[in-house]
Amino acid sequence: MDRRKSLQTLILGGAAAGTGIVFNSCKTENGETIDEAIAQSSEKYFGRIPKELERIEKLNAEQLFNEHEMETIAALSVVILPPKEPHGGPIEAGVPELVEFMGKDIPSMAPTLLGGLMWLDHKSNTEFGTEFKSATLEQKKQICDEICWHDIEVSLDEQPLEIQFFYMMRGLTVTGYYTSKVGIADLGYKGNMPNVWDGVPQDVLDQHGVAYDPEWIAKCIDQSTRATIATWDENGNLLT
Amino acid sequence: MQIKESSEIYDVIIVGSGAGGGMATKQLADAGLNVAVVEAGPYFDPADPVTQTQLKWAYESPRRGAGTDRAFGEWDMSWGDWEVDGEPYTQEEGSNFRWWRARMLGGRTNHWGRISLRFGPKDFKGKTRDGHGDDWPIGYDDVKPYYDKLDKLIGVYGSNEGRENDPDGFFLPPPKPRLHELFYINGAKKSNIPVIPSRLSILTKKINNERGVCFYCRQCSRSCSVYADFSAGSCLIFPAQKSGGKVKIFVNSMVREVTTNAEGKATGVSYISKDDRKEYKLKAKVVVLAASACSSARILLNSKSKQHPNGLGNSSNIVGKYLHDSTGADRAGFVPSLMNRKVSYNEDGTGGMHVYSPWWGDNSKLDFPRGYHIEIGGGMGNPNYGFGLNPNEFNKFFGVKVGGYGDTLRDDVKKYYGSIVGMAGRGESIARKENYCEIDPTTVDQFGIPVLKFNYQWSDFERNQAKHMRDTFEEIIHNMGGIPLGEKKGKDKDYGLHTPGAIIHEVGTTRMGDDAKTSVTNKFQQLHDVDNVFIVDAGVFVSQADKNCTWTIMALSWRASDYIIEQLKAQNI
Repeated sequence: MDRRKSLQTLILGGAAAGTGIVFNSCKTENGETIDEAIAQSSEKYFGRIPKELERIEKLNAEQLFNEHEMETIAALSVVILPPKEPHGGPIEAGVPELVEFMGKDIPSMAPTLLGGLMWLDHKSNTEFGTEFKSATLEQKKQICDEICWHDIEVSLDEQPLEIQFFYMMRGLTVTGYYTSKVGIADLGYKGNMPNVWDGVPQDVLDQHGVAYDPEWIAKCIDQSTRATIATWDENGNLLT
Repeated sequence: MQIKESSEIYDVIIVGSGAGGGMATKQLADAGLNVAVVEAGPYFDPADPVTQTQLKWAYESPRRGAGTDRAFGEWDMSWGDWEVDGEPYTQEEGSNFRWWRARMLGGRTNHWGRISLRFGPKDFKGKTRDGHGDDWPIGYDDVKPYYDKLDKLIGVYGSNEGRENDPDGFFLPPPKPRLHELFYINGAKKSNIPVIPSRLSILTKKINNERGVCFYCRQCSRSCSVYADFSAGSCLIFPAQKSGGKVKIFVNSMVREVTTNAEGKATGVSYISKDDRKEYKLKAKVVVLAASACSSARILLNSKSKQHPNGLGNSSNIVGKYLHDSTGADRAGFVPSLMNRKVSYNEDGTGGMHVYSPWWGDNSKLDFPRGYHIEIGGGMGNPNYGFGLNPNEFNKFFGVKVGGYGDTLRDDVKKYYGSIVGMAGRGESIARKENYCEIDPTTVDQFGIPVLKFNYQWSDFERNQAKHMRDTFEEIIHNMGGIPLGEKKGKDKDYGLHTPGAIIHEVGTTRMGDDAKTSVTNKFQQLHDVDNVFIVDAGVFVSQADKNCTWTIMALSWRASDYIIEQLKAQNI
């Protein structure tokens, strides 16, 4: 599967990509309008309106990084955040694809990313006679050790390019990982699904040394009544 | 090109489908009137899976939720933001007013914070209170019956607290506070700042059989697919249609002007269809403008005729004047006691905050009039683009180096997850004639309609209020054992006061009053100059309060609708 296709798979999901639906301006290859295509597999379109989807398709059709650069991004991302069982790492999280997309989505990021990748190879070739992606883990770490600490007293854009680059790549790697399915599992976030909120568990309150005020809690919803239609007396006192 | 004219004469044309337009649609259609709703954006139903963003995960998008296409992030349910393609607005030199426009059925009610605060008795009588601005021609008692009905019709959670200027109502029970909100309560109490349950139009309990109950995903900004939060489409316009009302909705229809006859009375509107870029005319006995404070002012100013050479309803030259937005300033703090949290539970809760601080201050001891309320943010949120961009920034507070790489980053992310508490002040500015929008004759939008030019400057009252906000937030952060983040902003940065318009509470451009020389509408929101044109958006506000404007827009729109029904019955209009 070529890179364009794999990005499509990421966006459309395997099934839709398999049907050959590719978007070009207003009509798809099959002659459907984008609206129809969205309607047919709305689950896969994360609520985009046609003009937003067109822009995503346009960005997907562009290529920012060549194959070597994509491999270098992948190689760097796993040094930044090594994979760890059972929740994988940056590759499973789609970090290289995110870096490619964001470099096009926010074009001001592109020069830092492109320049930084060139710096990595130049540095690696100078020090070790090999491109960064082919260097040993120890060699990669030696290079990263030089650029992974920024000066927190100085504005980032006043620091050397390679420092800015590493900062950006670390950010994209961590954000890419923790916004992915595997990363969310690693974080342990339990939300984004229907549930009934009934307060902070007692062990958590205890851990942080806080408690609910009974007077406050008395005002709050008794969740066993949530399905009962509300009625009030004339003074605004809830009766149900 | 001939303008296409419809032969049907509607009882009422309503321009705009947000809070004000939605409420007018519901009330007027329920009364049996034949209503046309003209909306500049496309149709939108929060329940439609095609456009739904609720419960989407970051990884479903290649940009993981980043705000490149939508200013508040790509899940935010607003089609249109500070910029709308092909529809510019301009500024007087030195002015930087920001204007949010949502082009869709339901408008900004699809993504708003659902903060539903009644104005209090003092809020209608600003001049009496402190000599600044003007009094409204109505008082709390005029609006109270409508607030009461509104609470029951739409549903709002909160609590009756017996506070003088934060009136009680008919509330659904609030949700319990989240962990960081308990920290906030304790921190605020140390400074004698009151904290009470939030008042949000989100259903914690059923109010009828048509709408669902909140399932606590914290995503009201994405518009609720089970209609458990208030949006004008789901809670007003669709119910008006379902109960058999005569409601014809014209979407993608950009109103250019209100048309008038030889006597100067309104005959309807002309609009540009975005679908075929042709101009159409609709006719009605009554025209109700609800396009938003600035858009309605723009329509009036563009509605020039022999009878109304200065624009419709503008013999006073007041249309567009007294534009004012809420003040806003924010601060967040890192709270070490909130580190190393257990992720054993789902902490999403409802959209927005479960607790807030209503204004508590004594202005006689302060260097600014009026007040502000405090909104609270924080918690173990849903990771989206931006999460962990600087994963161990807070190391600096422990003398540990910031940056690095490797397995420790996982520990850093988890250690600091949910350890930030944010505070946002939203306050009242003073309405001034000198702050206004007007037509910029040199610029048109893509439909050929002249656009608005803004001129807006804050005064020291607002700057001093922002300073008070930020100082208070710092104090509360210290009370929580936390460390304020970001820099302390001085006078050169207006003490962190947001630019005008940024809080998206713009009001006042067609203010109501008893005197036709100093106001645009009467106290029933009827133009002084033209008795069959009404304004039911926030343009009629004489003053903003330290409350968000939506609940009052709707109460007033209901009140104006009752008046329209009466006047039509009496054949006065």
